Amino acid sequence: MVMLSHTDLRKGVKVEIDKHPYQIVGSDFVKPGKGQAFTRIKIRSYLTGNTIERTIKSNEKLAKADIEERTCQFLYSDGEFFHFMDSTSYDQIQMDGKALGDAANWMQENMECRILAWRGNPISAEPPNFVELEITQCDPGVKGDTAQGGSKPATVSTGAIVNVPLFVNEGEWIKIDTRTGDYIERVKR
Amino acid sequence: MPADAPALRARLQRRATLITALRAFLDDSGSIEVETPALVRSPGVDVHLDAIPGGDGWLATSPEYHMKRLLADGAGPIHQLGKAWRAGEVGAMHEPEFTLLEWYVPGADDAGLMAQTEALVRRAADALQIEPGWGDAPFARVTFREAFEEHAGLDPCAADARRLGMLLRAGGTRPPRGATRGDLEDLVLALVVQPRVAADRPTFVTDWPVERAALARVRPGRDTDAAPAAARFELYWRGVELCNGYHELADAAEQRRRIERDNAARAGLDKVPYPVDERFLAALDRGLPDCAGNALGVDRLFMVLCGLDDIGEARAFRVELEAP
Repeated sequence: MVMLSHTDLRKGVKVEIDKHPYQIVGSDFVKPGKGQAFTRIKIRSYLTGNTIERTIKSNEKLAKADIEERTCQFLYSDGEFFHFMDSTSYDQIQMDGKALGDAANWMQENMECRILAWRGNPISAEPPNFVELEITQCDPGVKGDTAQGGSKPATVSTGAIVNVPLFVNEGEWIKIDTRTGDYIERVKR
Repeated sequence: MPADAPALRARLQRRATLITALRAFLDDSGSIEVETPALVRSPGVDVHLDAIPGGDGWLATSPEYHMKRLLADGAGPIHQLGKAWRAGEVGAMHEPEFTLLEWYVPGADDAGLMAQTEALVRRAADALQIEPGWGDAPFARVTFREAFEEHAGLDPCAADARRLGMLLRAGGTRPPRGATRGDLEDLVLALVVQPRVAADRPTFVTDWPVERAALARVRPGRDTDAAPAAARFELYWRGVELCNGYHELADAAEQRRRIERDNAARAGLDKVPYPVDERFLAALDRGLPDCAGNALGVDRLFMVLCGLDDIGEARAFRVELEAP
C-alpha cells in the first residue's frame, strides 16, 4: 500500500481513511508558533459524494486510495446490472444499476464512459458530459401554450424524462447535459 | 520587453523597499548586520522544527546558535536578514525556504523588544506607504492565558484534553487521531485563538506557558497569579503570526536540559535527533549578555502589509523542487 506524507496531501490526491476512499478537494497547512504541525484536508467520498474535513498530524501517514480510472464502453443493461467493456483491456465489467444512480439515465449502447474502480471493484460510472438521445415519447407542442413555462416533459430512448421546449417533437434527437439533466439543443441525426 | 515587465518591476521594488526599510531601522539603532553559516552541524533543536539535510550537516532552521556565540563574544547589538529552512512546511503561510530577520538587543528584556518591534513594523508600513489604520495607540499586549480566556473561553493552564477536544468539535474540527493534550492546545491556538486575537490591530501575545518556553527564560508571569511563564512573545496581525521573541535564556545548564528534553521528545515521535551544539553551549557557559532577541518572518510581514493571501505572492519564486 502506498503511504502519503503530509506534504503529498494536495488537491486531487486520492486517500483512504477509515476504509473509505476519498479525493482531497482542499488542503491547508497549520502550524502555530513552534507547535505541532497539522494538515487540514477537505475530502470528498467516492462512495457517497459527501465532503468532510479531517485534521491530521504532520507525522501521520495516510494510505493512498487504490482508485483507478478506466475508460469503458457501455454494452447493455439486463434490468438489474449494467454491463461495460474496458476499452483498453477488453475486460467485461458489470455494475449494479442502483450503484449507478443518475448516471443510469443516460447510458446508451456503445457510449464511452469513465468508470472508477476502488480496489478493483467498480464504484461509479460517469457518462460523457453531453449525450445525444432520441425522443421516444412526447406530446405535440401547441404554439403559444406557455402554461408550463414554455416547456414539456419528453421521454428519451434510455427511459429518462427531460424537460424540452414546446417546439421539440417525438422522433427528434436532443443534446443533454448529463451533469444537470438539462436539455441543451436539438441536433440533426 | 514583455508586457508584464512594469508590473513585475513594481512588485520587486515593493519587496526591496521593505527589505531596505528593515535594514535601515536596525542600522539606525546601532545594530550591526552579520552573516552566519547556512550550513551547520546542529540546525537548532526543537521538537517540532525539522531541518533539511545539507551535505554532512543541516541547513539552519534559524541563525540563533551562531548569533548567540557572537553575542557571548561581545559583538553587541546584531541583526541578520537571511534565509532559514524548515522541512515539510508548505502552505499558504509556510515555505520550506523563507526570509527571516533575526536580531538581538543586549540590555533589553521582552517588554523593551516588543516596543522596538512595534516601531520597526510601523517604519515598514511607512516605507511601503501603507496606511494600515492602526492609529497612534500602541499595539495590544495580552498574555497567552488572557488570549485563550477571551477567545476560547478557557484557561489553558487548567483545561484538560477533554475540554480542548470539545471546544474544537464545537467549532467543526474533529481532533486528529492520537492527539495529545499538547496537540489539542496547539490546534486551539491555531484555529480558535490566532484568527481572532489580532483582528483589528496588531497584538503581542506574551507570557507563554513554561512548556513553550523554547529559548526564552522563565520568570513570574504577568497574569494575576504570577505563575511562572516564559518571557516569550509573538506578534499577530490579521490571523498571521509575524514574529517570535524572547528575553533570552542565558543559563547553559538549563539550555542543555531543554535541548536534551526536546531531542528525547523527537526520538519519541520517530524524528531524527540533532547534534547538541557544544560550541553554542560553551558560549552560554562563557556568558551570554542579558539580552532579548526576535525572529520576524519577512515574507509574512510583506503579506499582511500588502494584503496578500499566499506566501508565494510575497516572494519572487516559490521553492520549485518538482519538474515543471
